Amino acid sequence: MKIAIVQFGGSNCDLDVLHVLKDVMGIDAELVWYKENNLDRFDGVIIPGGFSYGDYLRAGAIAARTPIMDSIKKIANEGKPVMGICNGFQILAESGLLDGALATNRYPKFRCEWTHLRVETTNTPFTSKFKKGEIIQIPIAHMEGNFYADSITLDKLNENEQVAVRYVDKNGHLSNDVNPNGSQENIAGIINAERNVIGLMPHPERASESILGSEDGIKMFHSMVDYISHN
Amino acid sequence: MLYHAEVTIELKSGMLDPEGTTIKRALEHLGYQTKKVSTAKKYTIQLDSNSADIARQKVDEMCQKIIANPIIHNYTIELREA
Repeated sequence: MKIAIVQFGGSNCDLDVLHVLKDVMGIDAELVWYKENNLDRFDGVIIPGGFSYGDYLRAGAIAARTPIMDSIKKIANEGKPVMGICNGFQILAESGLLDGALATNRYPKFRCEWTHLRVETTNTPFTSKFKKGEIIQIPIAHMEGNFYADSITLDKLNENEQVAVRYVDKNGHLSNDVNPNGSQENIAGIINAERNVIGLMPHPERASESILGSEDGIKMFHSMVDYISHN
Repeated sequence: MLYHAEVTIELKSGMLDPEGTTIKRALEHLGYQTKKVSTAKKYTIQLDSNSADIARQKVDEMCQKIIANPIIHNYTIELREA
């Protein structure tokens, strides 16, 4: 098993993800520069957070149109798991691999803080290690995380259980107060209709060791690895 | 022929425009009452083309493929000979 961690100019959570996979989990993972045009040797792909291309134009817009995205789309079409974290989510949305868009936060400020999330579905390769409805803690760090989709798309995401996680309070209740960015229906992460491409505004790699204050995030990587082992 | 295109990208109505709202509030502090303040981005693009129609079509493609995000943006194109 080998997992690719994609690096664009401006990615900055790439080494954190590599550390969790290699050092904490003992999984074979490799950093892949965006000019690479063949990802066939990998069993899964992670697009880490950061500020690819300085967030020029729109967050994720330039990275979404680099040649490596064709290889990532190929991997996704083969059913292999693809995870986009933060800027990675923005890139996947801009590329059309995920629905919706990540607009500027309701209060237009960079927010870097712990959030409580409710796991809305365990029927994904990234959340299978959780219980449905489980409340977990993973931090966010973004200025463009305000999830927006038109009402038809939003209905479809809900009907097909494509919302993976929502921002909630510590008791698991949805409210405006705990919505850090103005996302519709407190959406923090979604999965595609084929259920193998996920986008997450929270950073699971920052909640993957007890010294960091939470180990909830590592379960997402364990879920992904488990999925790859069984497929 | 060289053409000069000005592309204006705006948020669709109903989208939050926190920057516009903040500017509106700042204007109020200065004593200006406004109905609405919206932000937009403008890009200028120069390109060679055999005709204005083809140039406009090319710029429209650019908007659809990358410059705008059709999920959240509307855009307008103004074109003239440079």
